[in-house]
Amino acid sequence: MKQLRITLWIIVAIAGSLFALFAYQLSQPKDEFVRSAMVGEQIPEFDLEPAFADRPGLSSADFANGEPALLNLFGSWCIPCRVEAPQLEALERQGATIHAIALRDREEDVARFLSAYGNPFTRIGRDDISEIQFALGASGVPETFVVDGSGRITYQHIGIVAEGDIPVLMEELRKAGSGS
Amino acid sequence: MIPEIGLAALWLAAALALLQLFAGLVGSRTETAEIAALARPAAALQAFLCTVAFGALLYAFAVTDLSVKLVATNSHSMKPMIFKLSGAWGNHEGSMLLWITVMALAGGAIALIERRLPEKTMMATLAAQAFVGLGFYAFLLLSSNPFERLVEIPPEGNGLNPLLQDVGLAFHPPTLYIGYVGLSIAFSFALAALLTRNVTPDFARVMRPWVLAAWIFLTVGITAGSYWAYYELGWGGWWFWDPVENASLMPWLAATALLHSASVLAARDALRTWTIMLGVIAFSMSMVGTFLVRSGILTSVHAFAVDPQRGSFILALLVLYIGGALVLFALRANTIAEGERFSALSREGALVVNNIGLTAILGVVLIGTLYPLFTEAFDVRVSVGPPYFNPVSAIFFLPMMLVLMVGPLLRWRNDRAGRLTKPLAIVGVVMVAVLACSLFFDNIGLLPFLGLVLAAGLAVASFAPLFGRALGRTPLTIWGMCIAHFGIAVAIFGMSADTAFQEERLVAANIGDVIEVGPWTGQLQTVNAVAGPNWTAMQANLLMSYEGGAAQEARPQSRNFWTPTMQTSEVALLTRWNGQLYVAVGNQGDDGRWQLRLWWKPFVTFIWYGGLLIALGGTLSLVGRVVGDVRRRRQQASGEKVDEELPEGALA
Repeated sequence: MKQLRITLWIIVAIAGSLFALFAYQLSQPKDEFVRSAMVGEQIPEFDLEPAFADRPGLSSADFANGEPALLNLFGSWCIPCRVEAPQLEALERQGATIHAIALRDREEDVARFLSAYGNPFTRIGRDDISEIQFALGASGVPETFVVDGSGRITYQHIGIVAEGDIPVLMEELRKAGSGS
Repeated sequence: MIPEIGLAALWLAAALALLQLFAGLVGSRTETAEIAALARPAAALQAFLCTVAFGALLYAFAVTDLSVKLVATNSHSMKPMIFKLSGAWGNHEGSMLLWITVMALAGGAIALIERRLPEKTMMATLAAQAFVGLGFYAFLLLSSNPFERLVEIPPEGNGLNPLLQDVGLAFHPPTLYIGYVGLSIAFSFALAALLTRNVTPDFARVMRPWVLAAWIFLTVGITAGSYWAYYELGWGGWWFWDPVENASLMPWLAATALLHSASVLAARDALRTWTIMLGVIAFSMSMVGTFLVRSGILTSVHAFAVDPQRGSFILALLVLYIGGALVLFALRANTIAEGERFSALSREGALVVNNIGLTAILGVVLIGTLYPLFTEAFDVRVSVGPPYFNPVSAIFFLPMMLVLMVGPLLRWRNDRAGRLTKPLAIVGVVMVAVLACSLFFDNIGLLPFLGLVLAAGLAVASFAPLFGRALGRTPLTIWGMCIAHFGIAVAIFGMSADTAFQEERLVAANIGDVIEVGPWTGQLQTVNAVAGPNWTAMQANLLMSYEGGAAQEARPQSRNFWTPTMQTSEVALLTRWNGQLYVAVGNQGDDGRWQLRLWWKPFVTFIWYGGLLIALGGTLSLVGRVVGDVRRRRQQASGEKVDEELPEGALA
């Protein structure tokens, strides 16, 4: 009988610790995003055709010129990309170099998108089969990467660049610049 | 107006639950208290009011009343009627209302029907049922009101997740919920037995049919859910060890163990503490499962709305009910007198092995499901899948199958091994024969191989209890046991055969291309667009023939729903007695060829036939018991000689 009681109290204790674990996990913010394993790695090799007549195409060599830059993944079909467009322009006004890859897009659609929502991009490559998107470890659109002057990815921003993300990205660019 | 009636009914029902709790508690102490007479009517009226509330919600969905927030966010005027109705429980608020309705109906049923237990224990049971109910009323009314109105009425609703727009699935959640929540009766009986210190064989006999009824629904629900995942998700698998699937499996395992241990308690007055424990655990697993699914703390393919606040509420209920019940149990355990003793080689002994096995598998599944949650607390992300669940649960399951062959043949209390030589020799010969046949096939994995051999042995052994009986006079309960055990053999055979012999082809086909998979050959004839009420689809038309026989049409679709926007795969299934051809169509490649995925799955349907046989066995046992009880009660009433209690050979 005594053994039984001890066993039962042990079960109570196990249940209690499980509830504590549940409570702890509930209080944790749930991170739904999948971080890219490419952060900290060299940017994958690519050489993309221009997505749009007024800007040159984009290759991985463009990130190895000693200057840190942002790499934005977007699509003219992507509604959140329209929402983040003003923040990208603000970043450009603050001195950031922004390259872009247009995913699964058509030239006339890209042109219409850029004329409607602004064009803060220095170079725009086209990735018609999302090949580079996958190589970068991006899980969706929009995403923005910080690449240092040697072509190493130092930071990944998933989702829309909101107002509050501008100083964060500028700081990441500064760190990437001073690090290399 | 109708939604307000529903809401009012719900509040009234909650008030009645409070009355029932109070009346039941008083009644459990003093039998003569007048207020105790209110407990049963309160439970019955509560069942009625919850039915009214649920009816009001169904009505709001049927007429697509978009002023109700739940309808606007989960329904759409262009959906077929059946999916409008199933939309009522295809969301958080509605499913919690369904939960509380089932709970109230079950409570009402025991209040009206059950009169075999001492009145004090019955009153305590109703009090416990009301106590559990109150928590869920509070949850529903305070944080998940299904009847909330919108100030601005939207012109159109959001629609229902297309994966859920399926006739089979429309009835899947209600079936599972009846099972989950039906187990609350066992929980309440167990608490009442502890509170009134009344753990007797009578208590087990009274509890059993209720557990059995809930268990039948759980069995059907899990079987249906597995078939749904099989043909709707388009991956060709029938069990994914997904947290949501595990959430339904764990109460089933506990309820199965409970049925068997209650049988020992009823027949032999042994395993008292253990039976109470399982009564508490079975419903606790229902609640833990609901918490895991509804709180979103585990990532699952079943994307339910994630809401941490609701998660906290359910967690509070878990702590209160499970924690409370366990503490009460620990405090009262020493007041349960030890039951009868028995030898290892006896019916009880075999049932104890069954119980240990089922509980161990329950532990395996629970640990595997919660392990990612545990490691995430230390920032390590893991996912636990079939490589863990399959072998580790098999370690316990396969020996259980062996015991299952012998157990039903054993006598209660004590038996001689020598008595069983003949039936076991027959079973042994069958298993050796299958073992020999299996050796002709290459590349059968160890688990499917063992599964095939044991399934064959069990299929024969499950009917061994009928040997030497006059079949016409064999009680339904014995038939039920044999059929349920045979169902396990059938399901294991289906799982093993599918795993061992399935063939898969992934092809990119042009129109007119010849396609082969296993014994099937055929041709992709055309691909055309088709439209449904709320979707359009590309449909591939294939003509397939089995071993050169008559050609049959297979028309898999890749569907695009527009409310909400989503792509789903509608597979085509060609069913033969010996298996299924499973065809799914994907997208068109850049070169114009269509991606087709074909599986030949030998005997895969036996998995679900097995599940249904298990449920059928349970139903036969239940009918046998209830008919016997009714007959005895009538004889008692008319003063005739009362029949003996049915022999305690089987469950229920």
